[in-house]
Amino acid sequence: MTTADIIQAHAGSIADAPLSVAGKTLASRLILGTGKYDTNELMRDSLAASGSDCVTVAVRREKLYDRQGKNLLDFIDLKKYTLLPNTAGCFNAMDAVRVARLGREILRSLENPGADWVKLEVLGDTKTLLPDPIATLEACKRLVDDGFQVLCYTSDCPIMAVRLKDAGAASVMPAGSPIGSGQGILNPNNLKIILEYLKSDDPGYPVIVDAGVGTASDVAQAFELGADGVLLNTAIAHARNPVGMATAVRHAAIAGRLAFLSGRIPKRLYATASSPEEGLITSRPW
Amino acid sequence: MSTVTIEFNGNEEEVDEAMTILDLLERSGVEPRYCAVEVNLEIVPRSHYASQCVKEGDRIEVVTLVGGG
Repeated sequence: MTTADIIQAHAGSIADAPLSVAGKTLASRLILGTGKYDTNELMRDSLAASGSDCVTVAVRREKLYDRQGKNLLDFIDLKKYTLLPNTAGCFNAMDAVRVARLGREILRSLENPGADWVKLEVLGDTKTLLPDPIATLEACKRLVDDGFQVLCYTSDCPIMAVRLKDAGAASVMPAGSPIGSGQGILNPNNLKIILEYLKSDDPGYPVIVDAGVGTASDVAQAFELGADGVLLNTAIAHARNPVGMATAVRHAAIAGRLAFLSGRIPKRLYATASSPEEGLITSRPW
Repeated sequence: MSTVTIEFNGNEEEVDEAMTILDLLERSGVEPRYCAVEVNLEIVPRSHYASQCVKEGDRIEVVTLVGGG
């Protein structure tokens, strides 16, 4: 038997369904941001290396006078990628709703399936970029009422996560640590509680770790804890070699998810020997 | 022909009063497919671009998609 045959023979017990969120099925569990790359070509190649099929984009004023002729969309294959427009840069619910609607309008003309969803982010402060929980909840309710599928950026607070799910968010997306900070998952216990609370009666409810990833092992950890997806941008865009990091992250996502499905052993205070206790030819000093 | 003053993506401009949204986009070299247009906080349906003229005091925003996380 080849290695592939052996893995195939055991595949049944760890079979995985693809990530399903807001009625869309994604081939990859990674959602990539498209910001901060040195060049559009580097972004395009990094997206490809990650294996992702869903990317976030921001809505901004068209540069009317210093246009360079090329649009971001000239570098994103709209047949391959589902666009997830965000409300980044909004600090109140009204602006977030306004930006979400403008994003929807653009995606409708592009006939991209991402037109009916939005990554909601309502920030409270420019230094931490932490979400404003009250404005986020208000915007979430208004966007759900307006027919949006809301993927909601939030802190790692379990109570807020429950409130957002109750408000109709299609996915709750807790931050591992502040946006772009690269600190990884600072409070894995909160993430565990969020996963438990949101999935207890609804195991398919998607929880996506959004923000804070610094390197591939952070992605693996998020999946090992049971997250359904990871959204990241800076960790790849600002790596010394973005395409290399995108490749590492792709493998980390596969490794972390497979480890979660396979079931990690419990942590113990003391050792348990891996070799038999019986049949020893040696004597012990005590 | 008389002109009107509008605010276009934050800049005050004087334009021909017969100018339509589509004229404004074409003059700016903007690809209409890649953008959305808001006048006084209301999104302009794409089907109105060729018929809707700018009015005195209109606050017009033309947005597109850019890289973001």
